[in-house]
Amino acid sequence: MSLEEELEGLPPANLAVEDVSKWFRTSRQTVHALDHISLNISEGEFVCLVGPSGCGKSTLLDIIAGLATPDEGRVMADNAPVLNPGRHRLVMFQESALFPWLNVIGNIMFGLKLKPGLRNKERLEVAKFFLQLVGLEKFAAAHVHELSGGMKQRVALARALAPNPRVLLMDEPFAALDALTREQLYSDIQRIWEKRRKTIVFVTHNVREAVCLADRVILFSRNPGRIREQFDIPIPRPRDINSIELAQHAAQITRALKGHSEEEASHE
Amino acid sequence: MRRALLATLFFLVLVAAWHFIVKAGVWSSVLLPSPQSVGEYLLGAFRDGTLLQATSVTVRRLLVGYLIGIAIGLPLGLLTSASRFVEDTIGVMALGLQTLPSVCWIPLALLWFGQTESAMLFVVIMGTVWSVVIATDTGVRNIPPIFARAARTMGSRGLHKWTKVILPASLPFLVSGMKQGWAFAWRSLMAAEIYVTILTGFGLGHLLHYGRELHAMDQVIGVMLVIITIGLLTDKILFSPVERFLHNRWGTGLR
Repeated sequence: MSLEEELEGLPPANLAVEDVSKWFRTSRQTVHALDHISLNISEGEFVCLVGPSGCGKSTLLDIIAGLATPDEGRVMADNAPVLNPGRHRLVMFQESALFPWLNVIGNIMFGLKLKPGLRNKERLEVAKFFLQLVGLEKFAAAHVHELSGGMKQRVALARALAPNPRVLLMDEPFAALDALTREQLYSDIQRIWEKRRKTIVFVTHNVREAVCLADRVILFSRNPGRIREQFDIPIPRPRDINSIELAQHAAQITRALKGHSEEEASHE
Repeated sequence: MRRALLATLFFLVLVAAWHFIVKAGVWSSVLLPSPQSVGEYLLGAFRDGTLLQATSVTVRRLLVGYLIGIAIGLPLGLLTSASRFVEDTIGVMALGLQTLPSVCWIPLALLWFGQTESAMLFVVIMGTVWSVVIATDTGVRNIPPIFARAARTMGSRGLHKWTKVILPASLPFLVSGMKQGWAFAWRSLMAAEIYVTILTGFGLGHLLHYGRELHAMDQVIGVMLVIITIGLLTDKILFSPVERFLHNRWGTGLR
């Protein structure tokens, strides 16, 4: 593959979650983490999974990534079943999970080096391109611990984008950051997503964050983890997290979220 | 510069204190020789070559035994961390044998190998291997699982996972394990040299032992100083740079 093609990117994939159920059994209790979840995500769609803690949204992300296996059902990526993790579906975690024994550019190169068909010189160019895309070209040689939390997540984003995945899975990647840094990253993510269209599944418990980023927000409830409601977000991009329109959408979803929680509480 | 000066001053004061205690004549000079006579012994032994000869014999034994110990211990430690079966068998054995003071291997080594280099080597290896096994095992088990998850999603598995993720991720533990292994190897060798008389090489332990037999206290203390210096130098030359590198990369350490 040539460098141009490499930077051009592969077309995004579609995802189909088909009737997935998952239980976590410990000696003390059994938790029904996911109950018959079915979900279609189309090519290049940005989907946010929102719900209270323990609703199974992160578990679903792990299953889509291939890091966990469902007890029932299956996940299809471009009509092929997901059985293992693979570089077409890369994951960004809440902690940056950058490797401290590598410097910044070394971290971005990690996934690229596992990709066949490229020369090392090309890999370095690709890595530099993505480092520039996240605005950290000056920090190529920096050590991981020298970066701030927001910078670490930017590098993690570059690392996930560099091997050119067709799906990007993000597990509360901004939850540990301060509000200002987060807002900056919202606009970065939108800008980058415009340039390199990926299918993105983004897990968060922050409703505003979800409305700011997603084409579609999927609301989960817990015990057992189920999809309760879905909301299309028709706001044009780029979106500003502080806009009134966005706040109205968020308020509507938050009401729905609270409604489900109260319903749940009355059942208990 | 200031730090070096202060450190030098500290050791000068120490030697001066030693000098005045000897001067005061509380203990017989047979039991506590003056710093001067120890210095004279060291100078003499250095000039006639005994000291260098003994040091080179000891250091060679130490290095060979230590390297073999690591070559055996590191893979074993990786195995115990990777397989439950190996953990329950070799791992338990390593834990048990590590608690056995390495001097306890000497009678067995003497009966098996006789008064030979092999006996020396055996004792050093037995002193090193088990602590390296346990340190490696601990190191791998302490890797944050998030690293393994991230590496897996990027397609790292098998040999790549072990060499590019697990080994570097556990490096801080491996280095402290190797340091510990070194300390054990050093202790084992000195014990072996003091207890085992062999003709193929006269090490520092032997010098120390004969110092005692001849009631040559200046030799005993002189050789002890040499042994301390070698330990200090290895730490500063072999391990300190690696540890500095790790602190620098990981961002650990307070200074």
